[in-house]
Amino acid sequence: MDKSEKPVGMTLIVQTVTRWLKGPIILYGIYIVFTGHLSPGGGFAGGVIIACAFVLITLAFGAKFALGRVGKLLASELDSLGALMFVTIALLGYVGGSFFRNFIQMANPAPPFRIFSAGTILLSNVAIGLKVGASLFMIFIILAVIRVVEDKDGKMKMIQKKQGGDN
Amino acid sequence: MELLIILLLVFMIIAALNALEGKDLLSSVVSLSAVGFGLSVAFLVMGAPDIAIVQVVVEILTLIILIRATIRHDLTTVAEGTEFFGLLVGVVLLFVVFLFGLEAVKALPPFGAPIMDAVASAPSRYYLEHGLKETGAANIVTSVILDYRAYDTLGEATVLFTAILGALAILRGRPLKKKKKG
Repeated sequence: MDKSEKPVGMTLIVQTVTRWLKGPIILYGIYIVFTGHLSPGGGFAGGVIIACAFVLITLAFGAKFALGRVGKLLASELDSLGALMFVTIALLGYVGGSFFRNFIQMANPAPPFRIFSAGTILLSNVAIGLKVGASLFMIFIILAVIRVVEDKDGKMKMIQKKQGGDN
Repeated sequence: MELLIILLLVFMIIAALNALEGKDLLSSVVSLSAVGFGLSVAFLVMGAPDIAIVQVVVEILTLIILIRATIRHDLTTVAEGTEFFGLLVGVVLLFVVFLFGLEAVKALPPFGAPIMDAVASAPSRYYLEHGLKETGAANIVTSVILDYRAYDTLGEATVLFTAILGALAILRGRPLKKKKKG
C-alpha cells in the first residue's frame, strides 16, 4: 500500500474474519426474525443482530465500502418500508373486523409449531425486523461515522467524520 | 436462585458506581455496559429469554456506538469541590425519594408472585389459556406483543422512527437558517 494513502478500516486479520463471519451473522438474524413466533427472539432482536453485522462490516472495511453496499438512503427506504408494512398489516385487520385483527389465522387456522403458522404475526415480525435493523444501522452511521451536510445546491451530502476529532 | 440475583444486583450497583466515578469517558462507557450485561444475565436467570436476547444484542450495539462516538473526544472530568447548597438539596431529595420508595416496596407482592393474576378473569390468565388457539403462535410473548397488544408495538415503532428523525435533524452539519442567509 502506498505510504501516503491512509489505510481504510482495520487490519487484514479483522477483515478476513469479518469476510467469513458476515454471512452466518446475517443468516442467524434472519433465523431469529422468522422463528420469532416459535422460539425466543422476534423481530426486534433479529433486526438488531442484522444491524450488528452491518456495523461489523462498517468498522472492518471503512465507511465507504459499507455505504456502497447499504447506502444511507437505502437504509432509510428500508426503514420506511418496514413501518409501512406494519401499518398495512394493522389496517388489513379490518378485513377480519377490527384494527390489528389476526385475519389470516381467523380465516384458515394453521396448525401451530410450524414456520407458516400464526397468521399476521410472522409478517409483523418481518416488518419489525426490517424497520429495527435499518434504523439502528442508520443511527450508528449518523452518530459514529458520517455527518450529513448540505452542499451548495441545497442537496444533502454525506461526508466522513474527520479522524482528528476536532469536530 | 435468589442469591444469584442478589449477587448480580450487587455487581450491577458496583459497576454503575464505577461508571459514575470513572476518571475518563471510556472506562465509564465500559462500566455502563457491564450494568447492561449483568441485567441481561438477571433476565435469563429469572426465566425471560426474550428480554435477555434483546438486552444482550442492544447492549452490544450501544457499546460499539458509544465507544466509537466517545473514543475520539476524550473528556477528562475535573474534580472540584461540590457546593454546600447543592449537596443539601441532593441529600434531602434522596431522603424523600427513599421514604416514598419504602412505602412502595411495602405494597409490592412477594418476589416472583404474579401481580396481574388476582382474579379469575385476569387478562394474563386469558392469554395463557387461549393464546395458542387464537393466534397460533407457540411463543406466548410474541402472541402478546404482536397480536393482543400490537398497539404497543406500533407505538414503539413510531418512537424509533421519530428518534431517527430527530437524530438526523440535530446532527446535520450546519443549521438550515445560516444557509438561507448566506
